[in-house]
Amino acid sequence: MPKSLLIISRQSPWSGINAKEALDIVLAGGAFDLPIGLLFMDDGVFQLVPEQKAAAVQQKNLTANLQALSLFGVEDLFACGHSLSVRGISPAGLAVDDVEPLSAEDIRTLIDRYDQVITL
Amino acid sequence: MKFAIALYSAAHAPSSRRALRFAEAALAGGHEIVRLFFYQDGVHSASSNIVTPQDEQDLAQQWSTFVSNNQLDGVVCIAAALRRGVLNNDEAARYQRPAVNLQAPWELSGLGQLHDAIQSADRLICFGGP
Repeated sequence: MPKSLLIISRQSPWSGINAKEALDIVLAGGAFDLPIGLLFMDDGVFQLVPEQKAAAVQQKNLTANLQALSLFGVEDLFACGHSLSVRGISPAGLAVDDVEPLSAEDIRTLIDRYDQVITL
Repeated sequence: MKFAIALYSAAHAPSSRRALRFAEAALAGGHEIVRLFFYQDGVHSASSNIVTPQDEQDLAQQWSTFVSNNQLDGVVCIAAALRRGVLNNDEAARYQRPAVNLQAPWELSGLGQLHDAIQSADRLICFGGP
């Protein structure tokens, strides 16, 4: 039974390479068929905002990579409900389907459920 | 206990020093380090071209000596390293760059090595990060 890994992604997509490098860990784990979860938290929830104009800041858009997660077998996607709410982001209509908003209590349970956790 | 250690910060960051002290303590306590994996700015902690003032700690050198002396598996993420200009002989030649700043005992490899280390370790301990 492989160990499960939760990645907590806490950086906005436009604050540098961190969000992409966190996502790369998730995609690599998915490619190896490992049980991977991804939790968006703090500014990381900005990755879920739809219709981002990456080209306007000469960047590549992360959204397509996030939408492809299910193709990599990564289906356990979560977002911190509080992080969404204080940033005025509605949990309905996120750029990525099937992201489950969680309360602080849910997040404690979630972290407990995984063998290992990486926060970036 | 088997530890995997991930480092996300450069040699001048306090977390790089803490990671090294933790690794030393783990071995001194009779534990095993299955792999060190340097990711994000952690790739700079493996650079062989860092020059520190004489009265300051040369953490990158200390890391290198520690890995060599204990014959550890020291892996630097290749994608993160290329992006930050941390290149070994092969990569400098491949991309026709003028300087090499990554040498033995470090190896460049992919994120699969991080996942592999996580699977074989009892605990993953991470240092640094955004």
